[in-house]
Formats: sequence, C-alpha cells, structure tokens
Amino acid sequence: MLEIKNLHAQVEGKKILKGLDLRIQPGEVHAIMGPNGSGKSTLAQVLAGRNEYEVTEGEVLYNGHNLLDLEPEERAREGVFLAFQYPVEIPGVNSTYFLKAAFNEVRKHRGEPELDALDFLSLVKEKMKVLELPQSLLNRPVNEGFSGGEKKRNEIFQMAVLEPKLAILDETDSGLDIDALRLVAEGVNKLKRPDNSQLIITHYQRLLDYIVPDFVHVLYDGKIIKTGGKQLALDLEERGYDWLLEEYRAQTPSQQPSLAGAR
Amino acid sequence: MTTRPLIPSVPTRTDGPFSAAYAQLESREQAVAPAWLTALRRAGNAHFCELGFPTTDHEEWRFTNVAPIAALPTHSPEKREVDRSELERFTFGQMPTYRVVFIDGSFSTTLSSSELLDEGVEIHSLKTAAQSNLGWVQKHLGQYARADENAFVALNTSMMEEGAAIRIKANQHVKTPIHLLFVSTSNQAGATTHPRVLIVAERGSEARILESYESLTDGSTLTNAVTEIVMEEASHLEHCRLQQESTSAYHVGTVHAHQSRSSNLITHSISMGGRIARVNINPVLDAEGCECVMNGLYVVDGDQLVDHHTAIHHAKPRCNSHEFYHGILDGNSQGVFNGKIFVRPDAQKTDAKQTNRNLLLSDGATIQTKPQLEIFADDVKCTHGATVGQLQEEAVFYLRARGIGKEAARRMLVHAFASDIINRISIEPVRVELDQIMFDLFERERSA
Repeated sequence: MLEIKNLHAQVEGKKILKGLDLRIQPGEVHAIMGPNGSGKSTLAQVLAGRNEYEVTEGEVLYNGHNLLDLEPEERAREGVFLAFQYPVEIPGVNSTYFLKAAFNEVRKHRGEPELDALDFLSLVKEKMKVLELPQSLLNRPVNEGFSGGEKKRNEIFQMAVLEPKLAILDETDSGLDIDALRLVAEGVNKLKRPDNSQLIITHYQRLLDYIVPDFVHVLYDGKIIKTGGKQLALDLEERGYDWLLEEYRAQTPSQQPSLAGAR
Repeated sequence: MTTRPLIPSVPTRTDGPFSAAYAQLESREQAVAPAWLTALRRAGNAHFCELGFPTTDHEEWRFTNVAPIAALPTHSPEKREVDRSELERFTFGQMPTYRVVFIDGSFSTTLSSSELLDEGVEIHSLKTAAQSNLGWVQKHLGQYARADENAFVALNTSMMEEGAAIRIKANQHVKTPIHLLFVSTSNQAGATTHPRVLIVAERGSEARILESYESLTDGSTLTNAVTEIVMEEASHLEHCRLQQESTSAYHVGTVHAHQSRSSNLITHSISMGGRIARVNINPVLDAEGCECVMNGLYVVDGDQLVDHHTAIHHAKPRCNSHEFYHGILDGNSQGVFNGKIFVRPDAQKTDAKQTNRNLLLSDGATIQTKPQLEIFADDVKCTHGATVGQLQEEAVFYLRARGIGKEAARRMLVHAFASDIINRISIEPVRVELDQIMFDLFERERSA
C-alpha cells in the first residue's frame, strides 16, 4: 500500500524528516507517536502534497506509483486522505456542495458515474448518523463556526463519504473530549476494511484505546526510532518518552538532536 | 451632525447643461409643483452651484475623478415604450413582490404591480405623493441626505421629480418584499435620471426593500440616486441596493438612514460597477440601542471603477454597527473603499466592527481601502480590518486535498468569497439569483 524509503524533508530550509522508513500493508492500522517537534505533522503534510514541504531525498511509493510526483488532488483521487489537524474554515462554500464536488471528482477518476444531488444527499445522511453530526451542518459553510470537536468529526465524516484507501489522521484526537473521541474512533473503526489502511498520528495513547493499531512507531528527530505492537503505546503512556530517547542517543552518540523549532 | 467633511477647493463650472436642465425643470414644474418642493429644489440647486462637482482635491473624491460625469451632455432621456418581457431578467424569477418600475426615471403604471397591497404599507410614486401634499412626505423629504455637503445629493435634490415614497405603517410586518426597479433604456450619452426614494419605517414596523438599477442598453447614462430612510423606534428594515447597469454607465448613489431608538437596519450594497459607480451609505444611529449591519460586495472587471464610501455615525450610547464589505477586482479595474466610523462623545458603549476584504484577480486591478475611525468617546469597542490579496492558500490546499483540482478550487473560493456576502440577503429569490450570477462569473467552467 505505502512504502516510504529514506524520506528527507525540509520546510523553509529547516530539515525535519531525516531518513524515515515505513511500510504499510493493506488492512493494517499504524500509529505514529512521538514528542512535539519530532516531525509527525510534517510527514502527514508531505504525504498529502503540501508544497511548502520540500522533499530532498528518498521516495514514497503508493500502490507501486511514486506518490511524490502527484498533485495533491491526484493523490486524493487515488485514495489518499488526510484528516487535518487544523481543518480550514471556508466561508461561503456550502458543506454539501463541497463534499459532492470532491466525491464526484473521485468517482470520475475511477471511471464511475457521478451521483446526482438526491442520491448524494441520501448517501451523506446515512454517513452522518455514524458520527452523530447534526444535519444542519450540511447547509453550513465548510467548518465555519464549527466547534473544535465538530471540525474533527467533520473530517472523519468526509473520510466516511470519500472512502479512501489510505487515511492519514493527523492528531485527530487533540482537543476532543472523551465522548467526541469515542465517536471519532467508532467512525474510524467502521471504515476499516481489509483493503484499506490507516496511519494514525497522535501525541497521546488515549485514542489507541479505541482504535487498536497493528503497529506503533515512535518518530523522533525525523526518523522512526522504535517500532512495536500496541503494547509500545501503553509503555509510552506509562513511562513517557525519555527512556526511549536515551536509548536512541546511546546508539548515536555523535548526534545531539534538538527539538527546538521542528514541527 | 457636527462632522463636516472638507469642502472642495475648486468648484466646477455649473453653467453648462446641468444648470440648463435645472432651469428647464423649474419652468416646467412652476405651475404644478407644491411650494415646499420648489423650495427644496431651489435650495438643492443653490448648494450644487456653491459646491460644484468635486475634484480629486476633495478628500472624499481623491481616487474617483468625476470629471467625465461633469462633462456629460446631461439631458432627460427620451420616452421609450418597454415591454414587460424585457424586464423579466430583472425580476428575480417573478418573485412575489410589490414591484414599482421606473423606466428612464418615469414611473410606469403598466409595468408596476397593479394591485396594492398589504394594509401595512403605502407606496406612491414620488410625483403623486408630492402633488397630493402627503404630510409624511413633506415632513421627511430632503431632511436627511446632506445637500449642503455632497454635490451629487444637492444635484439630485435640485432635480428630484420622480421616485418612490414608501411608508411602512406602525407595528405592521410587511412580509412581501418591495422592489423598486430603475431601468435605463437610453443609448444616448448623458441621458440622466435623478431617482429619489423616501422610506419611512414607522414605530415597530418591519419590511424588506430592494432597489435595483439596471440597463437595457450600454449607453453612457448617468443615474444619480438618493434614498432617505427614516427609521422610527423599534422598526426593522432590510434594504438591499443592487447596481448592475452597463459597463459604460455612470452611477452615483447615496443612501442616508436616520435611526431612532432600538431600530434595526440591515443594508446590502451589491455593485457590479460601471464606467464609474460611486455609492455612499450613511447611517446615523441617533438614539440608544440601535443596530446597523452593512454588507457590501463589489465585483468589477475591465476598466470599471467602483467606489464605496460608508459613514456610520454613532451619535448615542449602546449602538452596534457591523460592516462587511468584499471586493473582487479583475482586469484593469479600480476599487475604492472608505469606511468611516464616527463615535460622538456621548456614544459610550458603542460596538463597531468593520471589515473590508479584497481579492485582486489580475496584476492590473487596484484597490484603495481606507478605514477611518474618529472616536470621541472612551468606553467603546471599535475594530476594523482591511485585507488585499489573493486567495488563502490554506483553503486552496484543503480543497485540493479532497480531490478538487487547483483551478476548480480557486474558482470555488472566489465564488465563495462573493457568496459570503450574498448569503446575508434574506430575500431568497434575490439571494439565489445573485449567487447564480456569481457562480456564472467565477465557477461556471467547473461544471462545463
């Protein structure tokens, strides 16, 4: 599904990813954890195609194609979905209109007929129930005036409608209370299928109580420094990151990584 | 009001066709016009002669040179018969409305709604209202718009003959929108109309009024309109002004609103430009607890110039004003936005907010935007913000990350930028049609 090899990326000349490797097979759920500034969000942005992030080395293969060659919209149409950490408010763009346009772009790309307004609406209403989102949201401008929790749920709702092959959740849990967190997690779990994969970026173990990962990776200083099963997340929750970082520094004594400034 | 703008330094000669037009009107009307109206016109003419057309030395007209207007061979348009079908595109899908139609400045009985009406409202052609000496018209007409300060108001006052006089009766909620439709049909340069509208919203009344200015040809006509709005206590009024005349047309429009206690005014000014289109909107919040919302959208292209000058006068405590203006400029068009907020010394607890955002779609388009806050009270909240720029890249990326192409995303966002204002109009057929116009302008290629 996704194969990241020796990925280096920088933003405004600052090196953030420094040789990241990751392999995700269909049907797998991977979690990426790590302290602030380790490069988690950069990875998400690079995969989605944000051009402020410059890839200087390495490659990303997605279903055998070079993902980095594709424009952001082409990636989306190919089934890559980023649930934004900070969903953007778009005044004046009606939520239903936006989602229908996105949905039909994906259908067109797959050579499927576009859905008309009525069929689309019934599909959307079905998906909304899962996330317990109010239907009034459909008539409002995209994300405008939404609470933090509504914005995050709206991201997962969009994901439910667009049915991506690879979903990247960038700190979707941050800022959510426990009820909202459970709804989001349930939504994500319902979308899990043997042929799609999820990459969950999070700062806290909390979300992983509800979305159980097959693999947990720790990202630090732009590299994955530890990979384990779901137990690793529990260990990190209990013991923090320090023991891991010390282990890492002991292995690479010449480097004194700095957290400052990295995103 | 005590605030007095600068007087232009160079009065323009007024012994040309504009003076001749006034002389003609005066002699024509001598026998029929009531004395009070003649006196108003005379005073207007005196002010106009004194002020002359403003030059760009005048602070209020720095970026809008009206010399081409001053040079127009002004004259009354020739009478032309217009068929109802020609107006269809200006009637918002035949929305149910009290429609009052003016062709080249003259009231048309046949094209206007024949049956009146709701019991809660009186609508007269101004000419009829003046000739029958309606007390409320006589009381209010010409008492608010400042003929002594603004040459175009003075000119309109000197030439006022036709337009509408609307009275929303006390405590009446008039549900059907009132539509004043002003259509220019002339292709003669200088064909001029001076529409005058008086709206009196009596105590506790509620109504929605649309004024639209349209052209059937692309002549260099001049429309110089003045609307006075009188809002009595606790009245509610939504006033929507739509200007979409031809790209060769000259348009100057002034709306002056006087608000009494706890009244609530919403104004929309949608301007699609013209050779020169200048709109002044001046609400005076003259009693406690008034609210005023001012929305505006200007969309121009080519060599058009569109200029909005708004001035909100907070004269009394505890009033709110919220102003949102968006501009979209393409080609070599020029835009001007000047937003004044005056807060008088006793207008404590004023809450005033002003936002002007502009999108420049080409290298040749320009915008002059200037917030101008003059605050003489100390316990107030006044904020303003003006932006000029391109689309928000974050929003473009967000749309692209959902599969929408780059160009389509951009078009969608430009349309949205316009919709953000259009959506504030509560008269549904107007909102829907204007949104369609914006869609056709900015987004149509998407669906093609």
